[in-house]
Amino acid sequence: MLLVRCPWCGDRDEAEFRYGGQADVDYPADPHQLDDAAWGEYLFVRANPLGSFNERWVHTAGCRRWFSLVRDTATNEMSPDIPRRRESR
Amino acid sequence: MMSSSNPNRLNASVRPGRIDRTRTIHATVDGRAVPGRPGDTLASAMLAGGDIEVGPSIQRGRPRGVFSADCTEPNALVQRLDGDCPEPMLPATEIELQDGLRVETLSGVGWLSEQRDTAGYDKKFVHSDVVVVGAGPAGIAASLAAARGGARVMLVDQHRELGGMLLDGQAHIAGHPATEWIGRAARELAENEQVRVLTRATALGCYDHNYLLIAERRADHPDAPPSPTIRQRLWHVRAKQVVLATGAHERPLVFADNDRPGVMLASAVRSYLNRHAVLPGREAVVFTTSDSAYSTALDLLGTGARVPAIVDTRPEPPTRLVEQVRAAGAHVVTSAAVVATGGEHRVSGVRVRGIDGNGSLTEWSAEFPCDLLAVCGGWNPAVQLFAQSGGAVRWDPVVAGFVPSGAGGRSARVVGAARGTYDLAGCLAQGFASGAEAATLSGFRTAPPPVPQVDGDRQASRPRPVWLVPDESRSPEECTEHFVDQQRDATVADIHHALGTGMRSVQHVKRYTTISTGLEQGKSSGVNAVGVLADALSAGSPGEVGTTTFRPPYTPVPLALFAGRTTGRLYDPVRTTPMHRQHVEAGAVFEDVGQWKRPRYYPRGNEDMHAAVLRECSAARTGVAVQDVSTLGRIEIVGSDAPEFLDRIYTNGFAKLAVGKARYGMMCGADGMVLDDGVSMRLAEDRYLMSTTTGGAAKVLDWLEEWLQTEWPELDVYCTSVTEQWAAVAVVGPDSRTVVGRLAPDLDVSAESFGFMRFHETVLVGGIPARISRVSFSGELAFEVNVARWYGQALWEATMTAGSDLDITPYGTEAMHVLRAEKGFVIVGQDTDGTVTPVDLGMDWAVSKHKDFIGKRSLSRPDLVRQDRVQLVGLLPTDTTTLLPEGAHLVEPDVSRRPPVPMAGHVTSSYHSAALERTFALGLISGGRQRIGEVLCAPVGGRDVEVEITSPVFYDPEGARRDGPEQG
Ligand SMILES: [Zn+2]
Repeated sequence: MLLVRCPWCGDRDEAEFRYGGQADVDYPADPHQLDDAAWGEYLFVRANPLGSFNERWVHTAGCRRWFSLVRDTATNEMSPDIPRRRESR
Repeated sequence: MMSSSNPNRLNASVRPGRIDRTRTIHATVDGRAVPGRPGDTLASAMLAGGDIEVGPSIQRGRPRGVFSADCTEPNALVQRLDGDCPEPMLPATEIELQDGLRVETLSGVGWLSEQRDTAGYDKKFVHSDVVVVGAGPAGIAASLAAARGGARVMLVDQHRELGGMLLDGQAHIAGHPATEWIGRAARELAENEQVRVLTRATALGCYDHNYLLIAERRADHPDAPPSPTIRQRLWHVRAKQVVLATGAHERPLVFADNDRPGVMLASAVRSYLNRHAVLPGREAVVFTTSDSAYSTALDLLGTGARVPAIVDTRPEPPTRLVEQVRAAGAHVVTSAAVVATGGEHRVSGVRVRGIDGNGSLTEWSAEFPCDLLAVCGGWNPAVQLFAQSGGAVRWDPVVAGFVPSGAGGRSARVVGAARGTYDLAGCLAQGFASGAEAATLSGFRTAPPPVPQVDGDRQASRPRPVWLVPDESRSPEECTEHFVDQQRDATVADIHHALGTGMRSVQHVKRYTTISTGLEQGKSSGVNAVGVLADALSAGSPGEVGTTTFRPPYTPVPLALFAGRTTGRLYDPVRTTPMHRQHVEAGAVFEDVGQWKRPRYYPRGNEDMHAAVLRECSAARTGVAVQDVSTLGRIEIVGSDAPEFLDRIYTNGFAKLAVGKARYGMMCGADGMVLDDGVSMRLAEDRYLMSTTTGGAAKVLDWLEEWLQTEWPELDVYCTSVTEQWAAVAVVGPDSRTVVGRLAPDLDVSAESFGFMRFHETVLVGGIPARISRVSFSGELAFEVNVARWYGQALWEATMTAGSDLDITPYGTEAMHVLRAEKGFVIVGQDTDGTVTPVDLGMDWAVSKHKDFIGKRSLSRPDLVRQDRVQLVGLLPTDTTTLLPEGAHLVEPDVSRRPPVPMAGHVTSSYHSAALERTFALGLISGGRQRIGEVLCAPVGGRDVEVEITSPVFYDPEGARRDGPEQG
């Protein structure tokens, strides 16, 4: 049972959260501009590093907010994500 | 010196032991009474009575005896016969003796009872600043230091009293017997209200971020109340800091016939002597590789036993120890090893040979008579919890064991014997230091207390492990009596056999030989197996071979403990609608839909489901029927961007939907696969009420919020689950207009005024505000009447009253399924499985060509435009009475049945139809829409069922019934 730090609620048991996979995989601004390979990449291909991984969580049984954090996939040590500046749409 | 009923029990003047001599209690083993004292284990009571032999071994039926005094016991395994449920495979060394305890001995395998375990099990969730596992000297010291700093401390120990290995020995602390120091510490901890001491509690697992699972035994011991409510409790603990003071387990030695009853771990002999005042043998040879067994020899000599020889593998054991035992009347044989044991059901003597620096036998030999052989192959630090939590271990040649590696980078601190520190002063010093450090790190700054003076220290001179004492005549491949794992009857020959097949990894050898797969999970057999492997592979050290993976639980526990109270009715929350009582009174048979209880059908008289469903369907098609649809998910979607949002979410358009109208919508994942469906109403320009499938409500809300928060935060949209705020009934059938007209007297329900997919707000008879829509999931004229949740019962009652003269018929989910399938309407999750697109379902009409939506890009992926994708079709068995099983595969009629048989598709829904007067089904068939009229085969129960492919719409394909009968 991991201890996950929700930026809004603090440290809570993993069971209160749902895992959201790799962070910063933006939905393409216009999917129809992408060829099949690039769209397939967006749909199906994710990083799987041994070590530092920027990933999403949602506090489903709490404040229901989505957030990102950085987890070491080998040790499960977690640290807050430094938010990346997102392009405006 | 011995008492008569317990011939091996030592007088209190010789050894008081940690037993209550004022009371005698009795257990029954294999039908025989075994007397003992409170404080005895079953094993110590058996040994006190002179019984050392237990059940024969699992594979080879060899006589076996009590071997240990702890959870590593390989032989003395019993099945409990008393209590709430016969529990298998309990080590007699760990069972506390109590009156009425009834067991039978086992041969390495127990049996499962068919009886339900009625004992109470529960769970407790707590937070703690510092958790200390193990209440030996290091653990007690850590707890004292942390508690004195003010931290909330939890001290956990397997046994009934604190002290750990101190209780097995005769050490002094600060000039007094160690038991006095333990007593003072126990009082200090008990009086500190920030401290919780859990005895008879085993830390089963240590997980990420300092999460521990602890099994506490609240019953099955002499101190338990007569009928305890809770037999075992599982503690879930989140700690800020963890200190592991888990001690060490003594290793056996591997030599010929090392499994004979009377061969016993040296530490176990000492434990029985000092803790239980039991002398397991009168004439004991001690065979050791390190210093610790000298204490056993001295204790044996001090309690009147003879010690014919101490056989030490080392050429030069510490002089001080050699002189001590010589003064007590024994002599030490150095550079020697026991190579054979004699005796049948108990060891009667040993043969000893010299052993040289390479581990080969020398010519020197001797024989000694004995009835006990105390063995010490060294010690394994109990690194299980540390390793489980992610810590790495390394081989330490000085302590000859795997110890926590400094490079672990984990927060769990390991102290004392668990990290290879075997001297008492060192254990106390590490305990105090780590306890103070853990308290400080959890916010309670404190310094370690001073370490008191101790004596009785073990010398820490270097051990000389011998992984395999060579056989006198046979090669290692032939060592079929050199046991490495007694419970599994696995030997050195088995390891060599595994090597002969080409295996090298310890993980493979473990699984091939089954070594370490028994109850002790490698605590005593594991490192010996690694050592034998290392020798055979000519590895430099066991560290090069490595260990197998340590996994929880640390010791076995009943599965019932993990279930706790979450069984039966409490297994999962049950959700019921406001009308539930009325369904129960109407005799409904319920089914689980997610957590909801929904009526499946309402049998009348002796009807079975088949008859009831045919009747319910007929009512819906020819008269009027009513269903509780309160379980449908409902989400209010509000905000100025709500129209745009729904356009992006649904495959079809909702922005242009007029206020007062409703529309069926389908949603897909980004991969284009159907996610959920339902009807949404536009309540106002900026307000929709979305309905979802009963099981999909939570998932859909999550989905909507994910897009709003992570991709489209600029949209002004709020989603609120209102499932619990509404109750609703579907009134279905040609007579539904009459019923709804009576129910809502202010509403014009004529086809002209109340069109399909419209809704109106009105007030029902009895003054109930309602929203009524014209939606249909059956193809019949139908209305859905929605009211505030607390009017649910009144709504049901009013509807039944309004339709009573028309024989209004309540119907359940089964009839609903049949009615919708007759019309070819899909159920997401039944006719779809996450690999099906709206196009596959033939629902192109619900897929917008004009706007983008989630999943649209995927619909043009090459894989999703394949002509041979599965498509939804109807299926009619040629024999009109044959019901296809849902899930049945369909194959070409002429295809060879030699596997692999190409599959054409499968059945997703299958029913009897009252309207069609026959059976029918829906299915997903490769290229199905091009194959209407063709025949396939469903191999079912050994025969082929012929099936014709048809359109999925079986009933009223023109949709003539939707608006009901012509009005006169
Ligand atoms: Zn939160």
